[in-house]
Amino acid sequence: MTLLDFFLWSLLKVVVITVVLLMAVAYTVLLERKLVGRIQNRWGPHRVGPFGALQPLVDGAKLFFKEDLFPTAVYRPIYLLAPIISFGCAIVSIAVVPFGEPGIGPKGFDIFEISNINIGLLVILGVTSIGVYGIALAGWSSNNKYSLLGSMRSSAQLISYELALGLSLVGVVLRAGSFNLRLIVEQQAQKGIATWNVFGGFQFVAFFIYITAAFAETNRSPFDLPEAESELTAGYHTEYSSMKFAMFFMAEYANMITVGCVATLLFFGGWTSPFGNLIEPPQNIFVHALVPIFWFVLKVFCFLCLYVWVRGTLPRFRYDQLMNFGWRYLMPIAILNIIGTSLWLAYR
Amino acid sequence: MHLILFFVFAGFCLAGAVNLLLQSHPINSALSLIVVMTSLAVLYLLLGAEFLAIAQIIVYSGAIMVLFTLVVMLLNAGREERTLGSRVARIVGFPAVVAMLAVLATVILRAQGLGVAALNQGITSTQDLSRVLFHELLLPFEVTSVLILIAILGAVALARAEGATPGDIERTAK
Amino acid sequence: MSFHQDVPLAWYLLLSAALFSLGVIGFLIKRNLITVFMSIELMLNGVNLSFVTFAHQWHAVKGQIFVFFVMMVAAAEAAVGLAIIIAVFRTRATLAVDRIDLMKL
Repeated sequence: MTLLDFFLWSLLKVVVITVVLLMAVAYTVLLERKLVGRIQNRWGPHRVGPFGALQPLVDGAKLFFKEDLFPTAVYRPIYLLAPIISFGCAIVSIAVVPFGEPGIGPKGFDIFEISNINIGLLVILGVTSIGVYGIALAGWSSNNKYSLLGSMRSSAQLISYELALGLSLVGVVLRAGSFNLRLIVEQQAQKGIATWNVFGGFQFVAFFIYITAAFAETNRSPFDLPEAESELTAGYHTEYSSMKFAMFFMAEYANMITVGCVATLLFFGGWTSPFGNLIEPPQNIFVHALVPIFWFVLKVFCFLCLYVWVRGTLPRFRYDQLMNFGWRYLMPIAILNIIGTSLWLAYR
Repeated sequence: MHLILFFVFAGFCLAGAVNLLLQSHPINSALSLIVVMTSLAVLYLLLGAEFLAIAQIIVYSGAIMVLFTLVVMLLNAGREERTLGSRVARIVGFPAVVAMLAVLATVILRAQGLGVAALNQGITSTQDLSRVLFHELLLPFEVTSVLILIAILGAVALARAEGATPGDIERTAK
Repeated sequence: MSFHQDVPLAWYLLLSAALFSLGVIGFLIKRNLITVFMSIELMLNGVNLSFVTFAHQWHAVKGQIFVFFVMMVAAAEAAVGLAIIIAVFRTRATLAVDRIDLMKL
């Protein structure tokens, strides 16, 4: 494969994956509105298109044509930069997520992952840690007390829960002996559901910590204090309108999808089927390529539904409860999980 | 490829560092420093230090600089004032810095036997790094953890409001 | 110029020296306590780059581990230093280094 071929294929891959991700973000919004609607015994959007299926496009058009307001007191360069950081960091992490069998594609070129790198998991954590700036700078540059309070809360929350999040993943990394997401998935693939990390690997405690911390990281309810509208108007994005607001909004949903992907890869066997080797792999090359993607999308879809379900069920935490929970419960349990896993691996 | 990447990110590094000096608002300086650190992470990747590159991003850009930014926001530090104080630092300092840079540059350019860096060569895996870290250098590693603990205690003791007892903090938290 | 050109390690060292010097200059000319502190971080980063470069030159992992330790010390330093800055700001209500010239108020 020549260098030009490599560049063209990579470009094609990046464009396709980004477009699919953005469409997925749009339809996650619709999924959330529909499901929350059903939980609250109403229909949700149903006017535009069959079952409201065109609603995301209309929403996008509305946000795009809204007036782009600049409040007078904002610090303009950073006010403009903040949503870009947020949105950029949210979509970049999809670059290391593998979502299909390796080795399918022209001349051994991997078409089901943008880049397969040794430190994939750490890259996702690193990009998430940069994402804090988007929210912190948005609140500060808006020059508005609600924005500042929201962003201060949010930064503290993100930094606190990042620790628990990182520590909860150590058990999985210890079991796989690698940060490479492909290796982590292949390590749990042999017997399907029985060898998934969450069941066979006895990482269900880690999974619980991960999913709790991830809800806090993505600012979703029950941890949506940074944008608690009853206390803070709209938190850090009070002063944002039009496309700048849309970028924050899309960043939140893109982060949800990333969290779903990571949970699927680390705890639920990634693209492999829950039946493991019990079923013979199909001979047809297209079926062979598409079935793993089906499993992956199904698992991520379940996580998105879980997000919406939790949002429809649980009330919001109080701020001190949030901090107490993160530092006094999640962190120590995560450390205990690491100790337990390493002892088990050492004396197995 | 390596050459292009090196020039792009070395350029980002230098531009960020110069911008840090030119900007008068601390938040702009902090953002330029983040640019410097993140481009340095890419340069580490080019040199084959993959774990260090990501540690650079997580520790420096993601933790230390967040602290800086939060402190700038908390103290609401405005533009810095000029024309105060002595000019001795500038008058003596600038020539000294230029002389130091010149000496360093001559030494580096004259050095024999410096190799070249190429893509896909000399990559240090995380396993190698941790093997050395946890076998040969275990004691220093543990000592740094004590250092970090002391730093946390010191930071809490320093930043706490004067005259506040632990009970006060509990009460404000509730 | 061929596409797969290698980069001499001397250039990395030069970049590291330049970053260090810029850090020193920042330390000298900046008049805000926080920015002075940032210049110190810039100097540390410049030195780190030369450590990584030499680790690549000698294929020695210990150079990288040294950078690791520098990062940890820098984290501790930032925590304590920023706490001191907050304490100073609380008693003097200024961040200009020229005004902070008394040992005791």
